[in-house]
Amino acid sequence: MRHFRTRAAIAALATLTLAACGGGSGGDSEQKSLGDGESLTITTFGEFGYDELIDQWNTDHPDIQVKQTKVSLWDDWKNELNTNLQANSGLPDVVAVEGDFMPAIVAAPDRWVDLSQDEVDGRWLDFKSDGATTPDGKLLGYATDAGPEAICYRADLFEKAGLPTDRAEVAAQMTTWDDYFAMGEKFTSAMPGVAWYDASGSIAQAMLNQVEFPFEKADNSIDVDNPELKALYDTVAGNVDTLSTKAAQWGDDWSAGFKKDGFATIPCPGWMRSNIKDNTGDPAPDGVTWDIADVFPGGGGNWGGSYLAIPKTSEHQKEALEFITWLTAPEQQVEIFKKYGNFPSQVDALKDEDLLKATDPYFNNAPAGEIFSNRAAAIDVQPYHGPLYSDILGKFQDAINRVDQGTDPAKSWKTFLTEVKALQ
Amino acid sequence: MTDLPPPSRDRRLLRRQRRSRWDVRLAPYLYVSPFFILFGIVGLFPLIYTGYLSLFDWNRAAYARGDFAGLENYRFVLTDPVFQKALVNTFSIFALSSIPQVVLAVIVAALLDTHLRGRTFWRMSVLLPFVVAPTAAVLIFGSLFADRYGLVNGLLDWIGLDPIRWHVSRFWSHFAIAGMVNWRWTGYNALIFLAAMQAVPRDLYESAALDGAGRIRQFFNVTLPLIRPTMIFVIVTSTIGGLQIFTEPRLFDDTPNREGGPDHQYMTSTLYIYVKGIEDQFYGRASAAAWILFVIIVGIALVNFALTRLATRRNVA
Repeated sequence: MRHFRTRAAIAALATLTLAACGGGSGGDSEQKSLGDGESLTITTFGEFGYDELIDQWNTDHPDIQVKQTKVSLWDDWKNELNTNLQANSGLPDVVAVEGDFMPAIVAAPDRWVDLSQDEVDGRWLDFKSDGATTPDGKLLGYATDAGPEAICYRADLFEKAGLPTDRAEVAAQMTTWDDYFAMGEKFTSAMPGVAWYDASGSIAQAMLNQVEFPFEKADNSIDVDNPELKALYDTVAGNVDTLSTKAAQWGDDWSAGFKKDGFATIPCPGWMRSNIKDNTGDPAPDGVTWDIADVFPGGGGNWGGSYLAIPKTSEHQKEALEFITWLTAPEQQVEIFKKYGNFPSQVDALKDEDLLKATDPYFNNAPAGEIFSNRAAAIDVQPYHGPLYSDILGKFQDAINRVDQGTDPAKSWKTFLTEVKALQ
Repeated sequence: MTDLPPPSRDRRLLRRQRRSRWDVRLAPYLYVSPFFILFGIVGLFPLIYTGYLSLFDWNRAAYARGDFAGLENYRFVLTDPVFQKALVNTFSIFALSSIPQVVLAVIVAALLDTHLRGRTFWRMSVLLPFVVAPTAAVLIFGSLFADRYGLVNGLLDWIGLDPIRWHVSRFWSHFAIAGMVNWRWTGYNALIFLAAMQAVPRDLYESAALDGAGRIRQFFNVTLPLIRPTMIFVIVTSTIGGLQIFTEPRLFDDTPNREGGPDHQYMTSTLYIYVKGIEDQFYGRASAAAWILFVIIVGIALVNFALTRLATRRNVA
């Protein structure tokens, strides 16, 4: 009996301890040095191209070993990230975030380490570093890549449809969205069964990136019922039946479309090239020729480009900062560009000789370095992204996907407006 | 005076007696207490805390509880057309899964209750789907039910039928999801029924056979009435499970947001709670929705229980 009482006491004590562990506190975690066998953790999504660089870092820094976790989709990682932020625990030492999410971090900066230091002053294109800076001057994220968009196209399908295949000629014929859609009509009438572009969602995304105030005004108030956004929506919705695959971007049918000649063109930021390679197969199946046209309809556009940030829950902030300072340096980003195609956002990397001369054998030896540099220079609108941008974008994609699935566009737009209202 | 026993011995005896009395009274509670302590931490506390949170706003930016909002979150959820849609979906998927599931499970159990060759093999194989992780199952079913390049549509096409847009049509998406749920749970329920059937005394079947009852008659007049208590259990648990379907619709969706289809055509109420809480980060609204679902499930479970009990009692009388 006495024995039992002791055990009961232990159980009760354990319960109390468990309960005590539950309550976390905000603010900085106590900083510790990395112990034996411990490593710095980083979570990325999609393909950041860090595998080789992290191996190299680990060889050079036996005392700061880094372990990477890769999540395949940003949307899935975003949910986990948000949950961990709410709980204020469970985050790795370094967190990769999509560019669209940065405004939310800037709007709630308390959970993030200020990364500003002289060493990185002027490292990035202004719009990249401005996007990660709070009004009082804290830099909360180190930019990795940028996403200047070109058009990637299937030269073999173009040829079959009787369209020009030379990348300069192709580029000359799609400088505006109207031209691009008109060319698509020509293509689909010659090649029934093959869509003109990969997904309605990616065209919507591309056009959104040319709108100055897509969802929110400069004072962060939400304004989605504006004529410019509605016109964009109507254009995309109007082309669903004629030009689109109707597949949801990143879905199973979308990925399968690359292999099955599902479509002929795709809006193509530098990082999209590794998606194209993976989904089409490398080496490309017989007869399949991808190419890149040095053009983007309606002017330049930037899609994506991510950041690395350090949450205050990290117990190794100093080491983490040292690591990402190295990882986002221009030299490293040029390496990634050569191997994976993610286009740098670092000023010095953009002037790099190797980068400017780089060609991409998978894309018919297109001068990728030169093309994406030109595309970066063509960007003249930097869309304003408020703290809710990423969430509203999700609802907007739903609206487009509904039209893909056959819902009446006007009805789907109405649902979109209600759903955005429910976000406030 | 001298008659009195030494006081120390008496006290010792008393203490011993008291201790043994305590032992008898208290020990059983202590023995079952680990469950209740654990339940208190992972069951009761979250339940009550969810109720508490449901009365507050949530401040997304500050990652903290906002102002007291009274019943505002409940009003929001109950008038949200998305929630209403999710609730209808939940019941539709529930009807398409739990009902055929129980019927099928009873039939499978009855077949397994006969003298088959390699009985253990058959019994183990009906349980096999249950062992497969739901995520893996959904991946397989996802490619079976893919809209453009799926296996089922390929088959339909081969027979000469029109392909079905599994991810688009509200009914067919419910059908596909219910299919995954049934695939996973039918065998499990069948084994529970089988255990109950084997407890039915064999002499009852013999006398029924002597009275001239055939196999089918025996099943309806002997087996079914005698496994009714097990029926109650299975019906109640599969009702609760059927109203909480989450993994299947979440992973069946291949649009980036995974909110049960872009038009929420197969969003279930648990998925609604997840989307409101984890994705949109309105923990107050998610908590309110969770409580509403809790009340609905308790209500339905009670009705279920009463109905099944009524049927049982009539039979006994």
